[in-house]
Amino acid sequence: MEKNKSASIVSKLRPALVGFVVLTLICGVVYPAIVTSIAQMAFPNQANGSIITVVQENGTTIDVGSALIGQTFTAPQYLIGRPQGTSQLSPVSEEQQALIKERVVWWQALDPENSRAIPGDLVMASGSGVDPNISLEAAEYQVDRIARVRNISAAAVREIIDRYTTRKLLGLWGEDAVNVLKVNLALDGRIP
Amino acid sequence: MNQIIIADSLYLVILVVLSIPLGFYIDKVMTGQQVFLSAVMRPVERMIYRIMGIREEDEMSPKQYALAVIFFSSLGLIFVYALQMLQGGLPFNPENLTAPSWDLAFNTAASFVSNTNWQAYSGESSMSYLTQALALGVWNFLSAATGIAVLFALIRGFVRTKKTTIGSFWVDLIRISFYLLIPLSLMFSLVLVAQGVVQTIGPYHEIVALETGITQSIPLGPAASQIAIKQLGTNGGGFFGMNSAFPLENPTTLTNFLELLAILLIPASLCVAFGKAVGDNKQGRAIYLVMMILFVGALAAVTVSEAIGAPLVPGVLASGNLEGKEIIHGVGTSALWGTATTAASNGSVNAMHDSFTPLAGLILMFLMQIGEVVFGGVGSGLYGMLGFVILTVFIAGLMVGRTPEYLGKKVEPFDMKMVCLIVLVPPVFTLLGTAVAVTIPQASDWLTNSGPHGFSEILYAFSSMGNNNGSAFGGFAANTLFSNVAGGLIMLIVRFVPLVAVIFLAGNLANKKLVAKTEGTLSTSNALFVGLLIAIVLLIGALSFLPALALGPIADYFTAIT
Repeated sequence: MEKNKSASIVSKLRPALVGFVVLTLICGVVYPAIVTSIAQMAFPNQANGSIITVVQENGTTIDVGSALIGQTFTAPQYLIGRPQGTSQLSPVSEEQQALIKERVVWWQALDPENSRAIPGDLVMASGSGVDPNISLEAAEYQVDRIARVRNISAAAVREIIDRYTTRKLLGLWGEDAVNVLKVNLALDGRIP
Repeated sequence: MNQIIIADSLYLVILVVLSIPLGFYIDKVMTGQQVFLSAVMRPVERMIYRIMGIREEDEMSPKQYALAVIFFSSLGLIFVYALQMLQGGLPFNPENLTAPSWDLAFNTAASFVSNTNWQAYSGESSMSYLTQALALGVWNFLSAATGIAVLFALIRGFVRTKKTTIGSFWVDLIRISFYLLIPLSLMFSLVLVAQGVVQTIGPYHEIVALETGITQSIPLGPAASQIAIKQLGTNGGGFFGMNSAFPLENPTTLTNFLELLAILLIPASLCVAFGKAVGDNKQGRAIYLVMMILFVGALAAVTVSEAIGAPLVPGVLASGNLEGKEIIHGVGTSALWGTATTAASNGSVNAMHDSFTPLAGLILMFLMQIGEVVFGGVGSGLYGMLGFVILTVFIAGLMVGRTPEYLGKKVEPFDMKMVCLIVLVPPVFTLLGTAVAVTIPQASDWLTNSGPHGFSEILYAFSSMGNNNGSAFGGFAANTLFSNVAGGLIMLIVRFVPLVAVIFLAGNLANKKLVAKTEGTLSTSNALFVGLLIAIVLLIGALSFLPALALGPIADYFTAIT
């Protein structure tokens, strides 16, 4: 009698327990293993963080960053990206307005000759905090300064910016964007 | 603005066009018909039934179905909790992450088992690869499959007459996983990887920043496989803390578009599948239309507010509200994503909702507060909306003095009790959680913003957890003992009380006989009914939440600096 009872409980729980184990193994082991294997074979660079590797003067290679993760640039010879970090502040709050005004002052001090209005993305932080891109307007805003400091033509700077600009999807979804790290590596002559 | 209008419209057209064949496909799968995947999946399916020791044709009573769901989900809750607590000593942990606090582990387990994916943790600094894939990733699949399974139990309730069973939870669960979620996720994750979403078991990559010389850690992991199902299954829990705003989770305009599409794809398809399954496509179309109208209205309001709602600063170009948004997504697809992710109970983000303008924030909150029925969670969104449909039929019946009926089934007191549980449990616990939170003296320490926007952070958090959404106003410090425990309990209650009520409603409906359609039968597929249903959904939401919204986003709007 006792044995029968426990046997019937086990037989009742069996579908749940076995189903749980099987589905956990398939969704949690087999599925990610298949995706990882294919990814590592077919798309090794993308699957490992889109790392940019450059050859140094002594012939060795060095990783200089991820094409998808923004780095901090503040020097005038570089294309400068968006403020790092995420504020989580309301755009209509005084704290946020004060932050923006501080950044406006910083930009004007960096390049006093430039009296144009500053593109919004240069004074507003991104969501990820590490946005690798800036808008076309934000890149154009900085062309003259970079050309002047590096003593090269504005056309040369624009040419590099254009090379590392990605376009919106089918001209509709998202925005055109300039990859800051790639432009700076190209300006330094470390990537084509 | 024109570009945004065209892009949004085309997005919706593509969604509708894809949802029709997928909806028919889901109906076929759930009724055991032959589909193109049958040749591969049918033998696998049969083998799994055999080792589970069940027969496909053995069906469950409502009580058995509910017990199966609860027991299965409880196993998940325990497993997800245990794996987090033990992760420090387990493999696939290259960053040597240790166990989170017990309350955070409980909150996370409750969150993933309830298809909420509220995250009080940040993936890259808290969860090992093993925990992500084997616990969180798995429950992305299984919580989604559970929601769809229960929806089909309810559909059987409408379709069947004089029956005591509503299908087998195990068969439903297996079919949804193997014919729908796994194949779609597999395809989708490979596209994501090709575009730059990471997928590796190797350790984080350290690099030295070009100008500053500071060492920067690039977080990695088996992300793409998890992000695919996170978008498709209205889960929304990011592999990384910043979710799909983080470039390694959503690197290009193409991934952004596809991840956006994936948010609404299955919830929209289920409207089509519903119509097909109850044998009257017009019924599915009416509900689809209600969701679409509410969605488009919300989308327009959010987009306009984000484009022109932020104050202009002297010396800065008018570029729309870019705070908290990635450049590649811009105002347009960030507003679209925000609307889609709160309409569906997805909860993933590609921009920071805390930094949305007050009126946009209000709409996002309200989409959650009306019970996640505008597309909503996979399965749960539609069964929630069907709760509102029955409520609407009931109210209309009262007005004209006729016995209310829906799809040929009389709506009786027991059914209305279940509907009340479905419709009222989420708002009650949302408000309760918010009310208790604001009485805690330390509450102001949890906030980034002050004043009405600070209150909005709390209201948003409990609206999100109280409706199984999972998105957040990121300025809210979520990892506190109170928020973890209270939020965890709320997520479980608002998921499983309505879900069990749906199962018993299904059982009660299946048991009834069909009543003949007459001249006086209220049509539930015409324009009048569509309007009535929209009004009821908005009314219940407004009655529950207007006072709270007035203290939060509405006050925020009127006190905003301009």
